[in-house]
Amino acid sequence: MISVQNLWFSYEPDDRKRPNPDKKYALRDISLEIDKRPTAIIGQNGAGKTTFVRILKGLLTANRGAVTVMGEDVSRTTAARLARNIGLVFQNPNDQLFKKTVMDEAMFGPLNIGMGEGAARKSVMRALDIMELSDKLDTNPHDLALSDKKLLCIASVMAMDTDIIILDEPTISQDYVGREKVKRVIRLLRDEGKSVMTIIHDMDFVAECFERIIVFNEGEKLLDGGAKEVFSDAEMLKKAHLEPPYALQLAISMGLGEVCLTEADVIRCMMEA
Amino acid sequence: MKKVIVENLKYRYPAMKQLALDEISFEVEEGEKIGVIGRNSSGKSTLCQALVGLTPHFYKGTYGGRVIVDGLEIKHATVSEAALKVGIVFQNPFTQVTGAKLTVYEEVAFGLENMGLSRAEMIEKVDRALHLLNIYPFRNQNPFSLSGGQMQRMAIAGIIAMRPSIIVLDEPTSQLDPQGTEEVFSAMDELSAEGMTVVIVEHKMEKVAQYCDKILVMKDGKRAAFDTPAKVFSRDDLSELGVCAPVYTNICKALGKKEGAYYPVTLAGAARVLGARR
Repeated sequence: MISVQNLWFSYEPDDRKRPNPDKKYALRDISLEIDKRPTAIIGQNGAGKTTFVRILKGLLTANRGAVTVMGEDVSRTTAARLARNIGLVFQNPNDQLFKKTVMDEAMFGPLNIGMGEGAARKSVMRALDIMELSDKLDTNPHDLALSDKKLLCIASVMAMDTDIIILDEPTISQDYVGREKVKRVIRLLRDEGKSVMTIIHDMDFVAECFERIIVFNEGEKLLDGGAKEVFSDAEMLKKAHLEPPYALQLAISMGLGEVCLTEADVIRCMMEA
Repeated sequence: MKKVIVENLKYRYPAMKQLALDEISFEVEEGEKIGVIGRNSSGKSTLCQALVGLTPHFYKGTYGGRVIVDGLEIKHATVSEAALKVGIVFQNPFTQVTGAKLTVYEEVAFGLENMGLSRAEMIEKVDRALHLLNIYPFRNQNPFSLSGGQMQRMAIAGIIAMRPSIIVLDEPTSQLDPQGTEEVFSAMDELSAEGMTVVIVEHKMEKVAQYCDKILVMKDGKRAAFDTPAKVFSRDDLSELGVCAPVYTNICKALGKKEGAYYPVTLAGAARVLGARR
């Protein structure tokens, strides 16, 4: 669905033909293919994760390398066209919200990509229902708690019904109940055949919801594989300044032979023993 | 010595019917670390604002009861008097950044500049804060060039630099990677060992359980519990309170393994109780 070949990006101007060794690159020679598997991009703050998804969405332009989204070369299209295929929920909801009511905010995206009024309304109501925001249609988005703002942002993007949905840190400031809501939505989107990607720092959440994990470190792709494979690579995780999920940390410290990624895995493993 | 005394604190926002804080009472000793947990909109951030005097001085509304911080009754103090005793790190670092400073270094020094300190003293305090939060390498960058997580650490450093006797942090690690989160908690540990009192709102239960001496659980503006992590997380009505125990505690609960009267709340505790396999 997304193909990235030898992608380089710097926030400083860069017009040379070859990568300049003296320059600071936010992304260095990234190549990967995104398929339908729910995929988490993890890595330290400043590793280039947000920069990467902004390029996929056409909000930033790569210095070199090729990026195609649903077969379309992002350098030859516009962010507006890309918006029909790829939805991005920003890290900071205040960067995304600008309408006066929750309803208008959620309607903006679908209408903007050319969805009809009726279809848009239906899609928006469904998304707001899932996020349990449908009793707040007339509320000003800026009067919502930060956690509800984030849920509204997710609902607005969901309503656009794009094939690819990218969530930049969806669990920020969510409490236990909100976190479960986000989990449900990710599973729902997956079951509907959407390609869901997320940037996230909550490793236990990753272990529960995502099949594939890509590890970024200092602008480079360090690891790319299944959740079990990535989380059992202690050496690489350390290099990327990451740690395994808490459940796995416990399994490791108890010397359980199996790679137990979640609470349920550890409990099952202990019961069987 | 009691550093924070909250007595029957009540507060209602203007134009709201429901109390945001409803008869809250608790006390915190010098150097203690208190974790505040609970569902969103349960009053955690409002409590933070009340501890530093933003409520009732900035946010008007109906206010009752008392908040005494380091001997100063907040209701009768000015916000600037209170600022010398108690510092707050807001939930969203964008709220904290002045926008008037061109480098991370100057931004972190901003609070100190308003305290009338000598240049040498300021440099020492800013350097210490930058190192403690591990953002010294970014000191010459523009604050707005930082990533979300780096900005969050800069906001904390700006408050730490002022050396308040009490620091209140509202979800300070929400945008941080696991290492950054660990660094913030261990920095708080170091500061509390030096006598700083810490009140921290946090959703990462594993960290709260590991680092905090006591936990205040808020529900609908009320104090639902105030006790040690082991006692709080061993309760069987946590889901009614809208909170979840650490992963380690959940696993021990499912397997019925206690350590003494309570379930373990940390990795080390859980590993001890569940026993090593080999």
